Amino acid sequence: MVNVLLASLIDGLLIGFVYGIAAMGLSLIFGVMDVVNLAHGPIIALGMFGVYLLFSVLGLNPFIALILVAMMGLLFGLVMYMTAVHRVIDAPPLSSLLATFAVNMMIIGIGTSLFTTSSYNVEYSLGTVTAGPINVTGTRLAASLIAILVTAALYWFLYYTRTGKYIRAVANNRSSAELMGIPSTRILALSFGIGTMLAAIAGGLIATIFPINILAGGSYELKSFVIVVMGGLGNPLGALIGGLILGLMEGVVPVFMKTTWVPVLEFMLFIIILLVRPQGILGAKE
Amino acid sequence: MSRKVMFVLGMLVIVALMLTACAPAPAAKTSGTEKTVTIGFTASQTGKYNVESSRQTNGLKMWVNDVNNAGGIKLSDGTVLKFATKFYDDESNKDRVQELYTRLATEDNANFLISPYSSGLTAAAAVIAEQYGKIMITTGAASDATYKQGYTLVYQAYTPASRYLTSSVDLLGSLDASAKKIAFVYENSKFSTSVVEAAKAYAEAQGYDVVLFEGYDPDTSDFNPFINKIQAVSPDAIMGGGHFQDGSTFARQINEKNLPVKFISLLVAPPEPTFSELGDAAVGVAGPSQWEAAAKYSPEAAKAAGMDWLGLSSTEFAQKYEKAYGEAPSYHAAGGYAAGLLLQNAIQKADSIETAKVKAALDATNLMIFFGPLKFDTSADAHGLQVGHSMIVVQWQRDSSGKLVKQVVWPASGATADPLYPIH
Repeated sequence: MVNVLLASLIDGLLIGFVYGIAAMGLSLIFGVMDVVNLAHGPIIALGMFGVYLLFSVLGLNPFIALILVAMMGLLFGLVMYMTAVHRVIDAPPLSSLLATFAVNMMIIGIGTSLFTTSSYNVEYSLGTVTAGPINVTGTRLAASLIAILVTAALYWFLYYTRTGKYIRAVANNRSSAELMGIPSTRILALSFGIGTMLAAIAGGLIATIFPINILAGGSYELKSFVIVVMGGLGNPLGALIGGLILGLMEGVVPVFMKTTWVPVLEFMLFIIILLVRPQGILGAKE
Repeated sequence: MSRKVMFVLGMLVIVALMLTACAPAPAAKTSGTEKTVTIGFTASQTGKYNVESSRQTNGLKMWVNDVNNAGGIKLSDGTVLKFATKFYDDESNKDRVQELYTRLATEDNANFLISPYSSGLTAAAAVIAEQYGKIMITTGAASDATYKQGYTLVYQAYTPASRYLTSSVDLLGSLDASAKKIAFVYENSKFSTSVVEAAKAYAEAQGYDVVLFEGYDPDTSDFNPFINKIQAVSPDAIMGGGHFQDGSTFARQINEKNLPVKFISLLVAPPEPTFSELGDAAVGVAGPSQWEAAAKYSPEAAKAAGMDWLGLSSTEFAQKYEKAYGEAPSYHAAGGYAAGLLLQNAIQKADSIETAKVKAALDATNLMIFFGPLKFDTSADAHGLQVGHSMIVVQWQRDSSGKLVKQVVWPASGATADPLYPIH
């Protein structure tokens, strides 16, 4: 029993980091510009297919391919912000919801016609790491390590670089930031780009562990919403903690009951947090 | 001719054209003594059943080509029946299936229907077939429940789910009398649930201890929680799975986690030729199959069993299919072709395409084809349920050159290799 619990705990924790960065992307965008990005799931799917194509067509190592996918994610976010989001940024929330939903439908539509909704596998293995009774696949371990590195890099960027400080300033109070001479449009576009980049990285990491299809981003988008509310809307560190909680629940709950209970308990916790601590575990953006 | 007369004539032509366009399409198009019979169905060109469904459709289309190239079916009144297909993409979605089958039965006036792939989609389509009084041959749909709804026009080509995994339990028994613990991990779908419930009852009756019995969501991609649970109860055998995508992911993750288990039998995925893409993860994985190219059903065997024989041999089917589609046929492809042959046999016997006559001929079916013997339950409780056909078990093994080969390991009389046991 202890062995199963330990194995499940580790599996859950490792996948939790990946959930965490998927949710951080959503949280960052909401935190900076109050936009709920409904194209988050399809962008995760684009990240998955980016790694899949670079691996299977160009033969690139999937973890090297991830660097290209991250850059493409950033670029995609910048273009998406300038074309679809910027003009509705100060409009009522419904406008930005509809704008991002339109992008969501476009990606799904084009993706379905290109790849159908069939599953694909990134046939890449890093073997299995065995420690006593616990077996962890190399790709899952590598994906978690990269997720931790990405989180650390994001924090360094947000807290120790000038641009990162600009982002936090705009998130805190856009008008004051503009008065201080911060170019808010560029910062908003960059924040959106970083958000989509995180989603694309999460998708790329997921592709190395699980089979992918163009609709697969949807379930991670739903998880991301739960995670950001749990961790605190607009708080990237909260998103990481929320991700870990969700991952742990998915790992540990099945030890004690049927796996079909996992979403029931996840959403029960979600409601409890909304009731008891609506600002989330680490507190929402002020 | 005055302009007025021209105008009146022009209007008459337009009205005549409009009336022609509005007239209902004939049930079967007639040209001289040749009639075109429309076979309607949906295919999952997108969605999770894409792999299996495409092969089923390929098999069915191949039958249509074969029967047409052979000159069609000649009726005693001199009419020659030729076949045409009408199909849509159901997106592996139940709601689409109901819409599209309604369209096939009403707007497209299909004479006969073939089921979509999977028990869930077929259950949705069967209601429509029955409602519009259309005969439907089901293939790729093994769940018993569909045939216990009191339908009278739905006929099953596959061995029903209740007998799907029982052969794997028999195989395990023949391999190792000391193996007593089985873990069932299965997809929460209509088909898989009915298979494992029947297999569980069968295994328990044989004295096995079912140490784990748990379903997973059809979209599951992470099987690690299940694998950890399986490891905790250390079973001798794992049985279950569901369809191709989840089954192959499950097999891959069992291998990645180095799960020590002696025997694995999964539904649907292992008989698929593409299962070999899993490489080492495929080695030793067994699964029940409706048909394999190595199956030896022949006109002589049919004669000995007192059954009719129709169509080509397994080897001929496999060769033809490979030539047409560039890959070895799976049982889904064979099932598609078999559904066509069942219909062909019934139409020939009925000497008509009238529903009542073809239904009577289907009820009286006692046929052997390359797919195996076929016969239907005609009782009111389970009308249309397949009672003639039975399953074989295949297992992926490496041959002497290290290449992955799918071997028939059960029944022993038809085996092409000894079972690989234990696999770990």
